[in-house]
Amino acid sequence: MTDLRTHAAEITAQFSDHLDITEDEVETKLQQLVSEYKVPVDEARRSVTNSYLSDAGIERDEISRGGSERVQVNDIDADEQWVDLTVKLVDLWEPRSDSISQVGLLGDESGTIKFVSFATSELDELEEGSNYELSNVVTDEYQGRYSVKLNRTTTITEIDKEIEVGDNAETIKGALVDVQSGSGLIKRCPEEGCTRVLQNGRCAEHGEVDGEFDLRIKAVIDDGADVHDVIFNREATEALTGIELEEAKQLAMDALDTTVVADEIRTDILGRYYSVTGPTLGRYVLANEFSELTGPADPEAVLIKARSI
Amino acid sequence: MSQSDSSQSISREVSRRVFADEFNTASYTFKESDDERAPVYLLLPTGEQANRVFFVGTLTEKEDVGEDSEWWRGRIVDPTGTFFVYAGQYQPEAASALRELEPPAYVAVVGKPRTYETDEGEINVSIRPESITEVSAATRDQWVVETAERTIDRISRFDDEANEYARMAKEQYGDDVSAYKQTAITALESLESTDELGGSTDGDTEVAEPVDTNPQP
Repeated sequence: MTDLRTHAAEITAQFSDHLDITEDEVETKLQQLVSEYKVPVDEARRSVTNSYLSDAGIERDEISRGGSERVQVNDIDADEQWVDLTVKLVDLWEPRSDSISQVGLLGDESGTIKFVSFATSELDELEEGSNYELSNVVTDEYQGRYSVKLNRTTTITEIDKEIEVGDNAETIKGALVDVQSGSGLIKRCPEEGCTRVLQNGRCAEHGEVDGEFDLRIKAVIDDGADVHDVIFNREATEALTGIELEEAKQLAMDALDTTVVADEIRTDILGRYYSVTGPTLGRYVLANEFSELTGPADPEAVLIKARSI
Repeated sequence: MSQSDSSQSISREVSRRVFADEFNTASYTFKESDDERAPVYLLLPTGEQANRVFFVGTLTEKEDVGEDSEWWRGRIVDPTGTFFVYAGQYQPEAASALRELEPPAYVAVVGKPRTYETDEGEINVSIRPESITEVSAATRDQWVVETAERTIDRISRFDDEANEYARMAKEQYGDDVSAYKQTAITALESLESTDELGGSTDGDTEVAEPVDTNPQP
């Protein structure tokens, strides 16, 4: 029951600016839902919060979660968390809708994250290149990618400190279990600013074009528990496989078939263990640094673990 | 690591690490939804679902057992037993790898578990490979250590109340998993003795080399 009391205290605090409610009455409401109607605590909390929201005539994002957590942007891994950030405004983009006042990229030492500020929140505008303390922003998730939303309760404080923005680098280790289609010798659209990979000589944007050859690998690295998509660009592909672009073109020419390059790459790298470090881009890790794990296997640590259970 | 489980589950099934003795004991398969195209999982006796596996071992024999078209069978041995892989026209890369490889050779296999019922009513389990590549002895040793660790991890979670696959495994295969702990330990110890004999873990790479008297096309 002390659990309910905690929830009640948090809800009361959230509405302290809007409603005159006491912890006791909030707890009673929660109690009723949980014990009498067998509603799970989370759902009960949600329901009670919603009823107070409608009493106060305000939107969910106008109340604070009471004590948001200070985090680094690359550590954000859940939806609808209230967080505080110390960030630099790295980039501003063109808003696609009138309801958005600003959209762009915030960064700290750990990496970058997209942010959105809504017109209805009536916040001060952020300036590119400036550094800020942002309190009370909400995390959001779309297809596994995270962003933060500024809202009416967000406080913005410009700070003097110059923040070094990181690249969301991550290190993964595991077996390379797949080389996916679109790997090997590919052609990219030569149009200015367009690097789309051509399908049968066609760019999705620019139609039939005379493509430019490139090398890349879209691989899957898997440690038996987690799966990671990894991209090796031309340089990384050349270093990993020892096949250079010119050689790849020659191989394809000799075989009258570009797929021989991917086949060659598969033979070279599938089934080996690698460590890969690089920035994350959506679900992909870009392989900036990598090495094959060839060192002698050390059974000792696992043996000790095995004998201890 | 920082990627959420939800984004992974839609994209790709993880490759489980399991030794041959445990894999070959498994026989129960299930789906998690009624959808016809929902993935089929093999239930491992230590309490995990496997839609895909990754293993490294020694290819000791291969044979084209097909009648009308190529149908390659390979025996791949790890420190605990033998994996059977079958590849035909619908696994062209794996089939051509088996056609060209000369046993004995260390190979890494990514593939899907398949079960079939024998005339005697027994369930046998094999692997339909997505890829087979020749690798070094060092890679094989790393796989043994990694697979022992994953196996031990599964055993240590076996009695967790919340472990639904362990509960299923107890129903299907019984609740004694001590044999798998023992085979994991034996597998690890086999690496230690290789060290003593060979001086280094990749001291026996030559086994994987093709035989000279059989010229490559």
